[in-house]
Amino acid sequence: MSTMDQTPRSRFSVIDIVKTPLVVAVALIVFLLFLGEYLSPGFASGQQILRLLIVAALMGIVAAGQNLVILGGREGIDLSVGGVVSLAAIIAGNLMAGENSGIVLAIVGCLAAGALVGLINGIGVTLLRIPPLVMTLGMLGVLQGLLVVIRNGIPSGRAAPGLSQFVTQPFLLGLPGIIWLWIVIGICMAFLLGRTMIGYRIYAIGSNEQAAFMAGMPVKTTRILLFVLSGMFAAVAGICLLGYSGSSFANVGEQYMLPSIIAVVFGGTPLSGGKGGYTGTMAGAILLTVLQSILTTINIDESGRQMVFGATLLLLMLFYGRGKALRA
Amino acid sequence: MTTDLVAAQPARGNALKRAVERFPFLPALIILVVLLVLNGLYQPRSVSFIGLTGLIKTYLALMLLAIAQTYVVYAGDIDLSAGAIVSLVNVAIITAMDALGGGTGAVLAGLGIGLLVGLACGIVNGIVVATLRLQAIVATFATSIFFTGLALYVMPVAGTPAPTAFWRTYGGRILDIPFVLYAVIVLAVLLLVLARTKLALRLLSVGDDQQAAFQSGLPVTRIRLQGYALCGLFAALAAFCITGDTASGDPLVGGKMTLNSVAAVVLGGTALAGGFGTVTGSVIGALIIGLIGSLVFFVGTPSEWQNLVQGVAILLALMAGILVGRRASR
Repeated sequence: MSTMDQTPRSRFSVIDIVKTPLVVAVALIVFLLFLGEYLSPGFASGQQILRLLIVAALMGIVAAGQNLVILGGREGIDLSVGGVVSLAAIIAGNLMAGENSGIVLAIVGCLAAGALVGLINGIGVTLLRIPPLVMTLGMLGVLQGLLVVIRNGIPSGRAAPGLSQFVTQPFLLGLPGIIWLWIVIGICMAFLLGRTMIGYRIYAIGSNEQAAFMAGMPVKTTRILLFVLSGMFAAVAGICLLGYSGSSFANVGEQYMLPSIIAVVFGGTPLSGGKGGYTGTMAGAILLTVLQSILTTINIDESGRQMVFGATLLLLMLFYGRGKALRA
Repeated sequence: MTTDLVAAQPARGNALKRAVERFPFLPALIILVVLLVLNGLYQPRSVSFIGLTGLIKTYLALMLLAIAQTYVVYAGDIDLSAGAIVSLVNVAIITAMDALGGGTGAVLAGLGIGLLVGLACGIVNGIVVATLRLQAIVATFATSIFFTGLALYVMPVAGTPAPTAFWRTYGGRILDIPFVLYAVIVLAVLLLVLARTKLALRLLSVGDDQQAAFQSGLPVTRIRLQGYALCGLFAALAAFCITGDTASGDPLVGGKMTLNSVAAVVLGGTALAGGFGTVTGSVIGALIIGLIGSLVFFVGTPSEWQNLVQGVAILLALMAGILVGRRASR
């Protein structure tokens, strides 16, 4: 026993690997897929898994922006993503109005809108030093009001056939375009966070803002960039959501607001920021989606479904970064 | 002469700083007064006795929920399930009163059950966040899903009416004075008593510096748990007001109130990071949200623009409150 304590911990300790959030998430996904297949045969069929991945991609794209803002630390959080997703869905629907020719304009318009919202959030958080929770909460209220105005003035638009195809139909190697898009986003995020100066700065700012500032890093610009990216990712998700559902309806985006944060936490990025990454978040988004899907498959009331969902979320959170116990 | 002037400058700054330190809700109070004046200019009747009583009657629930939220924010935590607790208590008391016959005894028993339900929810949150050390934002979001499921189980569809005795009393008058004013007086006394208890101070010291509080021998986990329990109780009181106001049960009635309660707390000058704030401020914050809503209506904003104008106004008020509070306390 004592000799074991003295040996330096092996780099490939089994316990460490088992406790890695990514491993936990993937193991849970596999377990849930088996459970789903057992409860309702056909749950884990190829077609179903593909459908699950499409839904997970929508959540995962929102969570990418959320992930960046949270990584940046200082209580970073973006509650306005729910509003941006809804807003992008309705803007895209109107700009393309069911025509393929309008897709490019719609994408440009939505990205600009998302970036603008993120820019305002970022300026409020950095230059005016409003806490992110407050700033983005207020922004959410503004966006919800804006949606009411837009909805009264113009009809809710329709997705272009090309967009719907991109989201729901096989595109390459049997996978729909949105899944390829998500993979590309995943690779870009891994590259951004792991291989670029910006990624280095994000972690530095997230773990110790004061030190990063002293080291001459552009703290404020970087943080504003994070919020802008968060708005843009939410806008991309909004466009894809329009393609998934065909037309936009009231407040479609709200369902992504808090779950996007949970996906990040399940992916191993603590809300305190500074550590974690996007690969885990992708697994977190898939995990959340599979869990929700199982609950819709089994035959219980909406009330029971919500209770089981809430309790399971709590149970899963016990696996992830619990706070440290206080010590004298 | 010149030295006097120079000396006077920092002294004045100090007075303001001291005032804001002692009364963190001062910026909010100024916003409140401005809003009251504006409301009075556009609709003189809105600042009459009847108008103000109506405002309080409508926003008493939000005030109580903001108070509930304040106690957890004191300790640096947050409760995103506060609105779900309101919903659960709402359907629980309606169902209980209905099952017990709807008489005076049934109403009182229902209220007792409601307080117990609220307390139980608060304790669950406390265990999850303080004892199990899960992150407050995501953990209370998870419990909010659970509580909402429970509310849907108790009452799957909205619509069961409240006993007449209950909402008649809430909306009525005793000795020619509206019932809600009695409620406000009782609430004020209750808050004064709570402010004098050790718990308020302990919550604030935990929020100020958890490690330091722990090292000076405070039972940090238990204090945070007590904060959540208190939050559950006040959420139950908020549910009573909502039930008195809407006179019916609705398993989703409180959902939208959660974020407004957080906004009210911030508007009132309480720091989300914990350790600094007042419940008075949160009450003022809730009234500000209410008055912004009525002002937007009184100035004749087209109905489809009201939400947007309201949203922008609340965002600006949030920002102004934080900026003014910080400038004064520097």
